[in-house]
Amino acid sequence: MAVILNTLHARAATRISLRTFRLPGPCKVTRPNALRSLNTNTTATGSSQSSRWRQILYTTGAVAGVGAIGLYYALDQSVKASGLELHPPAYPWSHNGFIKGFDHQSIRRGYEVYKQVCAACHGMKYVSYRELVGVSHTEAEAKQAASEVCIADPMLVEGVIQVLDGPDDTGKMFLRPGKLFDRFPSPYPNEEAARAANNSALPPDLSVIVLARHGGEDYIFSLLTGYMEAPAGVVLADGMHFNPYFVSGSGSIGMAQALFSDMIAYEDGTTATQSQLAKDVVTFLSWAAQPEYDKRKKASIDVSSVAPDGRVGVKGLIDCPVYCPKVLLIMIPMLVLLTFWKRHLWSTIKSRKILFRETIKPPKKS
Amino acid sequence: MALASTLYRTLLNKTSTTAVIVIVGALFYERGVQTLSDTIWDAYNPGKQWKDIKHLYEK
Repeated sequence: MAVILNTLHARAATRISLRTFRLPGPCKVTRPNALRSLNTNTTATGSSQSSRWRQILYTTGAVAGVGAIGLYYALDQSVKASGLELHPPAYPWSHNGFIKGFDHQSIRRGYEVYKQVCAACHGMKYVSYRELVGVSHTEAEAKQAASEVCIADPMLVEGVIQVLDGPDDTGKMFLRPGKLFDRFPSPYPNEEAARAANNSALPPDLSVIVLARHGGEDYIFSLLTGYMEAPAGVVLADGMHFNPYFVSGSGSIGMAQALFSDMIAYEDGTTATQSQLAKDVVTFLSWAAQPEYDKRKKASIDVSSVAPDGRVGVKGLIDCPVYCPKVLLIMIPMLVLLTFWKRHLWSTIKSRKILFRETIKPPKKS
Repeated sequence: MALASTLYRTLLNKTSTTAVIVIVGALFYERGVQTLSDTIWDAYNPGKQWKDIKHLYEK
């Protein structure tokens, strides 16, 4: 008969209900008939047929799955290779890399460029002035910037855009200069006005433009610095300009070149070459699209990011997976501890001994 | 090995004492990890953060 011995220590033995017991009859363990068909090693004809079908089914499923993945990948690749636009090169941004954050001086200069050059046509309606505090400006500076130009529902009053607020006690709406909690103003009240002023082209809002364009920072930088004479044979419509990087593929873009060397004077004295202007404004736009960038890289594993006010972005895995120092310092010790804890909990099971003592009597020959 | 055994008997044999050690240990460990993480971050991002440039703009 089969005798199962547990060499457990007392504590575990109370938890596990297995005790020594005796099976009646011969000791050879027999399986109940119902379970026989599940045994794939059996040579009975009926079972081998069903197992063969199962083999075919699993193989087909595996091939189909691999094929589907390959098809999806191939289709995705072909979608990316559309049109004749020039693919932007990869620039060595100072925030590229596992443990690299933004250059905040560059963000500050980029805000200057945006305010003086880009804000004429492009709004950033999801960025607030308070977000500048502690990132690129002091609180006083941000308040100053907010009070000069401001916010949603802009109304031009003597050259200063003010916020429509209210109603006051008498029920009238009134104007007030901007405050820290107000958003960046949009230069046009609505899309129609924007198109009317820009040759039917809509200047997109720049709050998340770096995440909304394939190629990200590299694309925006290449676009801003990539204006050139249309090549021979290319005919541009009225008011259009030529830029080989523009996603339309034809190179025809509604925006004129906006950045020229020395067009503004930086506050900190940096030489304002075209590429410097472009680099700074793109860094600023990158920050605006992902204000939690530094914190995220410091702390967590992340593929998708959600900014505190709901702006959503997706950044590639290259930008900070498991290599973040904080994650390493927490996850690896946790892993070690959990491994030992698991082994401790399983030690009773893993150290038991099963003893099979055969006392079978040969069947009586009749 | 004897040290480990005595430590186990005095500290980790009971859930209550283990819990205290875990919670207090977590507090100090978290602090240590934060400090170390900040040090590494500062080493790889010299002069780029707001705290490095704010002295230029604060009166």
